[in-house]
Amino acid sequence: MSKYQVDANGFYGEFGGAFIPEMLYPNIEELRQEYRQILSSESFQQEYQQLLRDYVGRPTPLYFASRLSEHYGARIYLKREDLCHTGAHKVNNTVGQILLARHLGKSRIIAETGAGQHGVATATVCALMGMPCIVYMGEVDIARQAPNVARMKMLGAEVRPARSGSRTLKDATNEAIRDWINNPEDTHYIIGSVVGPHPYPDLVARLQAIISEEIKEQLLAAEGTEDPDVLVACVGGGSNAAGTYYHYLDREHVEIIAAEAAGLGVDTGESAATSALGKMGIIHASKTLLMQTDDGQITEPYSISAGLDYPGVGPLHAHLFKSGRAKFVPVTDAEAMEAGQELARLEGIIPAIETAHGFAVLKKGHIAKDSLAVINLSGRGDKDLQTYMDYFKLSE
Amino acid sequence: MTMTDRLEKTLSKPGKLLSIYFTAGYPAVEDTVPIIKKLEEAGADMVEIGLPFSDPLADGPVIQESSTHALRNGMTTRKLFDQIRDIRQQVSLPLVIMGYFNPILQFGVEAFCAACAESGIDGLILPDLPLDVYERDYKEIMEAHGLSVIFLITPQTSDERIRQIDSASTSFIYMVSSASTTGVQSEFGKGRDAYFKRIADLDLKHPQLVGFGISDAASFQRATTYAKGAIIGSGFIRMLTEKGTGGIEAYIKGIL
Repeated sequence: MSKYQVDANGFYGEFGGAFIPEMLYPNIEELRQEYRQILSSESFQQEYQQLLRDYVGRPTPLYFASRLSEHYGARIYLKREDLCHTGAHKVNNTVGQILLARHLGKSRIIAETGAGQHGVATATVCALMGMPCIVYMGEVDIARQAPNVARMKMLGAEVRPARSGSRTLKDATNEAIRDWINNPEDTHYIIGSVVGPHPYPDLVARLQAIISEEIKEQLLAAEGTEDPDVLVACVGGGSNAAGTYYHYLDREHVEIIAAEAAGLGVDTGESAATSALGKMGIIHASKTLLMQTDDGQITEPYSISAGLDYPGVGPLHAHLFKSGRAKFVPVTDAEAMEAGQELARLEGIIPAIETAHGFAVLKKGHIAKDSLAVINLSGRGDKDLQTYMDYFKLSE
Repeated sequence: MTMTDRLEKTLSKPGKLLSIYFTAGYPAVEDTVPIIKKLEEAGADMVEIGLPFSDPLADGPVIQESSTHALRNGMTTRKLFDQIRDIRQQVSLPLVIMGYFNPILQFGVEAFCAACAESGIDGLILPDLPLDVYERDYKEIMEAHGLSVIFLITPQTSDERIRQIDSASTSFIYMVSSASTTGVQSEFGKGRDAYFKRIADLDLKHPQLVGFGISDAASFQRATTYAKGAIIGSGFIRMLTEKGTGGIEAYIKGIL
């Protein structure tokens, strides 16, 4: 078995597990016992593949970025997850999980969201399946992500503000878990990233693995090899990264780079660089690296990008970091914003600010000359226009 | 008296038991010890000291707010142990610490258990430490320090798992009254009675204390019809918020 796959107890090396209160035990146990079987069943696969093709718009292109390549002296391909329906990779997971929820006989869907992308992707599939959808979102995030709140409401979802703690993504996740405790029988919780108790990190990674499955085929067709020299993705919780790396984890000759949000800088106290600042602990029922005080209280991270503004990281990524399989590169707000603008001007693509963190590794010199690189373009920047406008003073 | 003796002696008393949960460091940081003393004087049978945590997943708004408040007051695990160092010279009722696992992990599980033993803590309720992880990784350490670990069961817990929990238990079982986070006020209706009766009929080795949704004499009576005792948390904290520690005696007497 691969040393990067989850083990029988739900751990990636020393990270992972299911540190759940007993109230969640029946739900998590049901999921744990059934998810692999359901995911590999013919009826699930048929529906899932068909929706990915006709509804999400897969396969997404693997695009050779010629001007960017020329600029950095490498061969750079972009995996265009920004072209997925709803504008990011998040929908790969929600399509799969809503089908799973139906197989489990659940009739009510809950989700958490930070920037709103996962909330929109969940509201979208709930509309598609005619299922009630409740999305928990931090009060602070509701105020700064108004367009996505409106999208969720347009799609018929109920957006419930998380008013506890710091009122951001971590607290929205707490509220979703509390909702599940209070509604243990009819509800499925669609987690948006490779976080939370086992089997969620593995479930979400499998549903995002389509990204690297397609990269292999497309790169073979374009370059005559499945393997790039280097793969790049941004990491908050880490779902797009998990999907990008998935089929390459055991191919150790393929270098893996994870761009994490350094905010104003790793040492400024205003950062979300979990690999640099985190210590082993438990967040959202998973043992992983997380930002916390010496007393074990979880602290609030900072990043300009709401989607990377998470004090933990998926246990798979903690393991990739600790084992040295992946190289973690901290990227500041300023570096990410500049990379976003550069991609817009060189390739005519405005990326999500989360995604722009991945592109910043180019300028930081992490992609060797003449190497073959694939960068996951995980989402488009429409939702971030206001932030770009404010940052670059575009309305002046 | 050893710790297990203290719990055992209380659990074998005739009559119904009242256990009170409060968050350490709330309302004021130095209230921890005075609250414990007043609870014993007023007639509570057991006290659960809540270790405040930034992200209490299984708790409703009342306990969440008391935790946030306690942390803002400067409460820490170390401070709690400083406060209760001499508690055994002051009270004799069983004391249980209820806390989420991350602060304990950061303190060091071994050091935490040793500090508990030194202060005369009798047991631990760790809502996010699941039974299998406990048995695999921590049972030995916790037992070596004489700590009784108490597990939760809910209306959704299967009979088979309840029996498993019963055999892993050493003092009592924490019976969550309904599928909910703490502090949800709900009716103790017929469905609840059926659940209580189902558990009573299992004839478990260890007594059960019912928690979640109990706040007054009526719900205490109802909850203890089939169980050995009941636990009040959010209701007690609400009272503390309104009346302060001066309201403890009247509150406890109003229930018993």
